[in-house]
Amino acid sequence: MGNGTSIGRVRGLGSAKGGVHHWLLQRFTAIGNLLTLIFLVVSLVLLPDLNYATVIEWIARPVPAVLMILLVVTTFWHARLGLQVLVEDYVHEHANKFACIAALNLAACGGIAFGVFCIVRIALGAHA
Amino acid sequence: MANAGTKNRPLSPHLQIWKWGPHMFVSILHRVTGDGMAFAGLGVLLWWLGALAGGPASYATFTAVITSPIGYLVLVGISWAFFSHMCSGLRHFALDVGAGFELNANKFWSIVCPILGVLFTAAFWALVLLR
Repeated sequence: MGNGTSIGRVRGLGSAKGGVHHWLLQRFTAIGNLLTLIFLVVSLVLLPDLNYATVIEWIARPVPAVLMILLVVTTFWHARLGLQVLVEDYVHEHANKFACIAALNLAACGGIAFGVFCIVRIALGAHA
Repeated sequence: MANAGTKNRPLSPHLQIWKWGPHMFVSILHRVTGDGMAFAGLGVLLWWLGALAGGPASYATFTAVITSPIGYLVLVGISWAFFSHMCSGLRHFALDVGAGFELNANKFWSIVCPILGVLFTAAFWALVLLR
């Protein structure tokens, strides 16, 4: 960074070149959320009841299992992108921001791993 | 560095003089419902999946908590946040292609989206509870 002219001060402080990618991923995951969550909402309405046996029988089948896995991935990814914007808007101190984004990444990956593991475990018959 | 080239520059938009509009409300609502779901919604989703994977006993614990008055309040809140966020998110898709920025259209959809969110929530719970 220069110390004399205006352009010298601005140079290197512009766009990080990652904004468009983040913006597009927010939209792609939003479409994923829309499709998978409509499937979940319709399923919850159409199931005869929400007892353990009924829900297990439903989620263990291939199509619901795959769609629920996709739902977990796309919602956590979308939430991770949205919470990143929240952190960037309200956490200004560099070290705190870094810590928040690091914790956010860990939480999002952990959530996806746990959700997918639970569905796979049920779908492969490791229940009751 | 702060004062170089910034003397007597106009301040716009002004930070203190503005009037509330529905577009501001729907924008804030989109963030609040989205971030609310990121914590409460995904938490309940993981708990539900974990309880299912854990077996009948853990699922019974989950349903006992989630069908308590506070549990229903959380579920209704999450479902309202989802339908509101879905409607304002679809509004964003329209804005993304450059549509709906005319003053009247923008105001109309800013008012309609939150109302649709409430109506979808009511319809969803009516279908679930009346089956």
